[in-house]
Order: sequence, then C-alpha cells, then structure tokens
Amino acid sequence: MNAVITVLGKDTVGILAKVATECAAVDVNILEVTQSVLQGMFAMIMFVDITNCSVPFSRLVDTLTDKGEEMGVKIHVMHEDIFNAMHKI
Amino acid sequence: MINSHDILETINMIDHENLDVRTITMGISLLDCIDDDIEKACGKVYDKICRYAKNLVRTGEDISKEYGIPIIHKRIAVTPIAMLAAACPAMSPVKFAKILDKAADTVGVNFVGGYSALVHKGFAPGDYALIESIPEALSVTEKVCSSVNIGSTKAGINMDAVAKMGRVIRQAAELTADRDCIGAAKLVVFCNAPEDNPFMAGAFHGAGEPDSVINVGVSGPGVVRAALAKAGDCNITEVADIVKKTAFKITRTGQLVAKEASKRLSVPFGIVDLSLAPTPAIGDSVAYILEEMGLEQCGAHGTTACLALLNDAVKKGGVMASSHVGGLSGAFIPVTEDAGMIEAARSKALSLTKLEAMTAVCSVGLDMIAIPGDTSAEIISGIIADEAAIGMVNSKTTAVRLIPAIGKKAGEELNFGGLLGNGPIMDVNPKSPAKFIARGGRIPAPMQSLKNCKCWRALPSKPPTKGSALGTRWGKPFSGEKKFSPKPPSKNR
Repeated sequence: MNAVITVLGKDTVGILAKVATECAAVDVNILEVTQSVLQGMFAMIMFVDITNCSVPFSRLVDTLTDKGEEMGVKIHVMHEDIFNAMHKI
Repeated sequence: MINSHDILETINMIDHENLDVRTITMGISLLDCIDDDIEKACGKVYDKICRYAKNLVRTGEDISKEYGIPIIHKRIAVTPIAMLAAACPAMSPVKFAKILDKAADTVGVNFVGGYSALVHKGFAPGDYALIESIPEALSVTEKVCSSVNIGSTKAGINMDAVAKMGRVIRQAAELTADRDCIGAAKLVVFCNAPEDNPFMAGAFHGAGEPDSVINVGVSGPGVVRAALAKAGDCNITEVADIVKKTAFKITRTGQLVAKEASKRLSVPFGIVDLSLAPTPAIGDSVAYILEEMGLEQCGAHGTTACLALLNDAVKKGGVMASSHVGGLSGAFIPVTEDAGMIEAARSKALSLTKLEAMTAVCSVGLDMIAIPGDTSAEIISGIIADEAAIGMVNSKTTAVRLIPAIGKKAGEELNFGGLLGNGPIMDVNPKSPAKFIARGGRIPAPMQSLKNCKCWRALPSKPPTKGSALGTRWGKPFSGEKKFSPKPPSKNR
C-alpha cells in the first residue's frame, strides 16, 4: 500500500531530511523522491510504502501536516488510490 | 507509476479550485419502524438511525483525511415520513420531525431528509397530515428537510397539491420570519423526484431502495471553470470536451469515496450523483463557468444554451467514471448559494423568467430564490405548476425551493449564512393565477408517459411449439418484408 507525500513552499535547509526522519520514525519506507527548486520555490514528491506503518495512517497525515506548518511549507499526505482513480482509466 | 504532473494537478484542484466531495448521504429505510403507537414508532426510528449511522461521520472524516479530499457533509435520508404517519392518523407527524432532529444531533450529521410525501397522483393516508404539519415541523427543528412530490411524467400534476404547497411554503416562511424565513429554505416541491438523491433539501429514501444505502454527491464547479480558463479561446466543441474530461476526474473521486465508505460501513453502494453543486465561496460557482464560456454575465441571452451544454457534458464525462449514476446529476443553479448568481440577480441581469428557462436544461429547478414577502400563495402555486409542467413534459426532475421574504420587498436581501448563502429578493410577476389554481384536479399525464409498447418483432430465440399463437408466424416473413435468398454465384466468374 503506497502513499504520496508532496511538499510545496519556500525552500529552506533540511526539508527533505525532516520529512524523511518522520517517515523513518514510523516505519514508512521511501520508494522514490523527485524534487525541484525553481526560483526559491521548493517542490518535492515522495512515494512511500505505508504497509508497515506503525501508527494509523491518519496520524501520519496529522504529524506531517503539522511538521509542514512548522517549516512554513504545505505538506499533503494522500493515499495513492486518489491519483490512480482520477488519472487512470 | 503516477506522474508528477497528475499529482500536482490533483493537489491544485483541492487547494485552489474547491474540489470536494459534497456529501456522503446514508439512506435508511424506516418501513420496519411503522407502528400505530407514535411513541413506539418514534423510538424505533431513533434507534434504527443511531444504530445504522453511528459511524457515518467518523468514517467520512477518516476517508477525507486518508485521501486528502474534503468531504463537506455527512447526511441521512429516510423513508418518506408520510408512510409512517399513515399508521397513526390521530397524532401530529411533527413528533417524527423532532425525533429525526434528535437522531441527527446524536450521530452528528448536518441534515436529515425525508420529512416527505409523494402525492403526484393523489393523497394517501398520512400524506395530508404530513403536508399540513410541514411549516411547524420546519420551524421547531434545525436539521430536518422536507420535500413533496406533486407531479410526474407518468402521473401528471396533482393541482390540489400544487395549491396546497403554495400555502405551505408561505406558512413555513411566516413561522420562521425571525430567522430569515429559513423554514422555506428547507422545503422542496418536486416533479419527478428521484428516490436516491443525496443532496438536500430534497433527499429521501425511496420505497424501492434497499434497507440501507450509501449515495455520494460530488461537486467541483471551480475545477471546471479553471479548466476552461486554462483552455483560452477554443471553440465550443472543445469546451464540451474539456468539461467532459474534468467531470470524469471529479466523478472518479466521488466513486472512490463512495466505494470506500460503502466498504467501511458495510452498507451497499447506491449511486454517485454527478452534480456540479456551487457554494457561496468565491470561485465555486456554476454562473462563473457560464461566464467563462463567454457570457458577460450569467442571465445574458445565451445562458440557457451554455447551461444545456454544461449539463450534458457533465453527465457524459461523469457517467463513465462511476459504476452507478443516479440522483439529480447535472448542474445546480441555486441562486443564493452561488456567488455568480447572487451578483447577476443583484444587477438584474438574471430574472425569474430567465431562471425558469434555464431549469428546462439544468439538473433541478428554481432553487433557493428569495421572493417578495407579499407574494400570494396562488402566485407561488403558479410558479410550482409552471416548473412541474417543464419537468413533466421533458421527463426530467424539476423542483421549486422559493423563500418568501416575509416583511421584505424586491431588492432587499436575505442572509441565511453558511452553505445556504444570501441573496437579493427577486421580482415576481404580480398578475394572479388564482382562478386557475382554485380549479384543483389533476393535469393529465402527457403523451410521453405512454411508453409501454408491444413489439411484434420480439420473437423468442427458439421456435415455439407447434400450435401456439406465435408458431403460426414463425419463419414466415412479415407483410411487406422480402425473404432473403442469396443468389447462386454467376457462372461467368
């Protein structure tokens, strides 16, 4: 079971590290990361495996959303099915 | 693998274009709660709703969080209460309204629909008492919504009910005059009411539905408008294609949420209603879509054509995205709930007569329209009759949700707050249809209702036994039809 973590906002030091640390703490495995910085705007998309996540998925969503607010960026954590449903027939 | 463009597009739709799932509505049958003792019946109703819907709100919130898609409302639709009221004719059905309100509070839903009666062909026991009690029921409760079906393509229009509903709408407004006449905003008069509509105020759980069911209403006018804005100056065929593609994406989210809610609540999935439902939030407006198509303002000549295209394209795009489509499906045009409509009504670009024309091609009807407080019950009945006639003849659902603004005149404003919005009071033609309304009776069903036909050519796949009526025809050509006999190949070739 996979989820997609997206981070959008102003670039600062250690965004990826902080998100990755949170993931590791709850046994969420990072499968793939794509990241770009355009004119100071940071955009990262991370595919993660949540099969062995040690906390309920909704709590992971809350933790990362709060972390995003702390860093001044917008973090979305969404189950991959929403993207599959919307963009694949 | 999902590509990053698709991911960012979805997130942009949710964050900036107001994409949401408007409602998860649980339909609950109350037929097994019927009892001639109203106290016992109310007890059963309360218990059943609380038992079935106890996890509805929490499940909706969980799904919303996991998939990152806002689910705005969780609601309940029940069997038309007139069917329960029929068993206890001596008692006022308002008790049922109060118990529905209490059950809605207990399970945490924001509306419960089904304080309803279906009287398109006439009044059965319970119907009359329920209709009489609607104004009181809506004034003493907060979350109960009421609807009455007064016509259908199959049955015609019950003009006695039309006359009655004109008076009931006025009374509902009068009893709640101190609260911006909100009673009338929770009351819908239908022609061809669907039995599985998840949207309020017209939701009820039809008699043909299962014991319990999950129906989902999607939304997303903001997403459609943004997609058209991005497309720029394309021709109208391309506009229709863009609407279809966007409606497909919107509906797929609704289908996902519906299936997930159905699985988690162990309740069968009913339908997805493919409606573009506006809210008063800026950008979440159906009127803005019409304006994006090239109208200076909603209400201009051309509005009906744009709306017809939109309504049709939404259905075409959505229908492939969902396994079961139902409810109202199309584009709503509730005036006070749509920022663009409010502006158009204020500037008089949009009139009641234009709205009536638009209802011939939209998904419902004259919705959330404030009218002057001195509008007579007969004029309201006349508006209902016109609207029902459009629905009856075109085999479509039409509805009327008018709010007589007691003590106010055209040009002043009503403010309900929240999703019901606010808006100006619109002008109504003051000429009286009183004599027509007073006639009563029933407008006969139109020719379109006579669709049952006997098809002579529907022969069984195997020849019937000798001597049966069809046996004499089997294998013989029908009159005027030549028997096919292939020519032998020409010797010259």
